Amino acid sequence: MPDTNRVVQRTASVEARVDAIQSAFDERGLKASEAVEELGHLAQEKWIPENGARVVARAWVDPGFRKRLLADGRAAVAELGLAMPRHHRHLVVLENTPKVQNVICCTLCSCTAFTIIGLPPDWYKDLEYRSRVVRESRTVLREMGLDLPADVEVRVWDTTADTRYMVLPERPAGTGEWTEEKLASIVTRDSLIGVARLEAR
Amino acid sequence: MDGVHDLGGRQGFGRVRFTQGATAFHAPWEVRANSLYAHAVRLGLFNMDEYRHAIERMDPRHYLTASYYERSLTSLITLCVEKGVVPAEELERRAGGSIPLASPSAPGRGNASARERLKPGDRVRVKPDSVPGHMRMPGYIRGKAGIVVSETPAYPFPDAHAHGVPSEDEPTYDVRFRSEDLWPGSAEPALVHVGVFQSYLERA
Repeated sequence: MPDTNRVVQRTASVEARVDAIQSAFDERGLKASEAVEELGHLAQEKWIPENGARVVARAWVDPGFRKRLLADGRAAVAELGLAMPRHHRHLVVLENTPKVQNVICCTLCSCTAFTIIGLPPDWYKDLEYRSRVVRESRTVLREMGLDLPADVEVRVWDTTADTRYMVLPERPAGTGEWTEEKLASIVTRDSLIGVARLEAR
Repeated sequence: MDGVHDLGGRQGFGRVRFTQGATAFHAPWEVRANSLYAHAVRLGLFNMDEYRHAIERMDPRHYLTASYYERSLTSLITLCVEKGVVPAEELERRAGGSIPLASPSAPGRGNASARERLKPGDRVRVKPDSVPGHMRMPGYIRGKAGIVVSETPAYPFPDAHAHGVPSEDEPTYDVRFRSEDLWPGSAEPALVHVGVFQSYLERA
């Protein structure tokens, strides 16, 4: 016999849940809709990989900047007008060489230096990348299109604290005459995460 | 807590669903969810450790099937309910349906009583600590030995900061582990660097 007193309530859609908290904030004077406007703009237009690309291009053409960047990433990116959230107290820049490939991840959640390298792509936050990249990095990189020679050392950096990482990819051969702006145009977010190497194109 | 969020080294997951130039957002609600949680942190309604812990406290079944932004949204709503910002009933009324929340929090803990300043080159071991509350020690380094590479500025201690327990900020150490030590006989060669809080470390 069906229990007629039992109220079966459907789980609200994610959109409806967002609407609920946003409107509840607004009604309490917490200005959620203004924040959505402002932070949505920052997330989509300002916190983008082009920031990291500018940093990389500058490091490629300016040895003094490169040195400062490797010593204190947070201070060096500030020279280019780039800021990081208060809780990201430290930016460590990881230099790739012909024999070293650095790769960043966050196995516990999905942390990144998002104001510098952009908000992380979907795959970075997925269970597959988070579980596998620390244990079978070469296979994961190969599946993602980066087949590293056996003599390249892989260094995986797990973002478990509020220190943030950015990979400094190698400057591709054949770019000696390029302007800083043109150099920046070939630097991809994937290369800043360390799952891709760069080529002149 | 040894939750399902602690994914590093778990076996059985398939290929990374990788596409070149993959986007961070796939729907407008994701942008809003991301902005609202960031706004709540900015307002001081909760801190980042509370935020991360509320994601970890999600029902494992929900955690594993929710998208990243649904996890983020669940944490935001859970913390707003727990802190009395908005009652759950009101949110469910506004949403026109039930809203899954994370499970209640267990107590946190303060810094380790004996903490040592370490320097690059020191050989260290990760303590065998396991706690019911928040911590930022991935399970795969528990009890493992590695080499200190560098020290960071001091950060709030997550095990305390996620629970409102008073604590001192402490540095983290970039510790370099060999993947073969972490998973003997079943890992591909690599160096795995982890930012490890001072309270989690002892000299090896």
